[in-house]
Amino acid sequence: MSAQTEPRKSRPPVEPFLWLGFTSGGALAALFAPILLFLFGVAFPLGWIDPPDHDHLVAVVSNPVTIVVVFVVFSLCLVHAAHRFRYTLYDGLRMQHLNELIAVLCYGGAVLGSVASAYVLLTVA
Amino acid sequence: MSNRASYTEFHPRWYRRPISTWWWLGKWTYLAFILRELSSIFVAWFVIFMLLLVRAIGQGDAEYQRFLDRVDHPLVVLLNLVALAFVIFHMVTWFHLTPQAMVVRVGGRRVRPRLIAASQYIAWLVVSVFVLWLLVGG
Repeated sequence: MSAQTEPRKSRPPVEPFLWLGFTSGGALAALFAPILLFLFGVAFPLGWIDPPDHDHLVAVVSNPVTIVVVFVVFSLCLVHAAHRFRYTLYDGLRMQHLNELIAVLCYGGAVLGSVASAYVLLTVA
Repeated sequence: MSNRASYTEFHPRWYRRPISTWWWLGKWTYLAFILRELSSIFVAWFVIFMLLLVRAIGQGDAEYQRFLDRVDHPLVVLLNLVALAFVIFHMVTWFHLTPQAMVVRVGGRRVRPRLIAASQYIAWLVVSVFVLWLLVGG
């Protein structure tokens, strides 16, 4: 085959993986966010339910299974939020001209947040 | 307008009617779309809030009690109530969207969309009860 018939090099397909992260993160957010926000954000502060004591939470959070699950939930939720927020600004608020900057800030934030999650979880363990 | 004209090899730039930034305020369905999209901010807040909690747990009992005291503040409770409303909105719209995005067939017949939505609510209930049991039960 001669060189000129070769297809032009295209960028690696990143978008499908972003959408995969978006959908799995969206499902995990739907499953985990309501109950956790309800407990720590509303029910414990308003005294509806007594908050768990520190020892119990350390035991729960330092379990290897919890660490893996919580890390996956946190990082995929962040990818979901970053992807959706990117398109909110892009389509909703008509900021197409800032596309690259918005993408870098959104996904960069998700990556930083995931690294922070791993660090925080490993300090408890 | 600050729109840069960009070159494309396929067609000349056509005229597009400029659309207002606030186009979504005109109709309830448009507003619902933007509210659903903005739930992403509160999903991100949920992760940040949980990270602050896990960090406080890791730093010892005193720090955990301080976290609980801070979360008692009326403004934080208000923020979390708003966040809770948004993540519930996200959950409901997500569960109702899934059967439209995903067609499941069992034995050659399409599973009814309502059944897919219902099975997700059951999964949500199981996860919620499990988290409740893990944290405050037993």
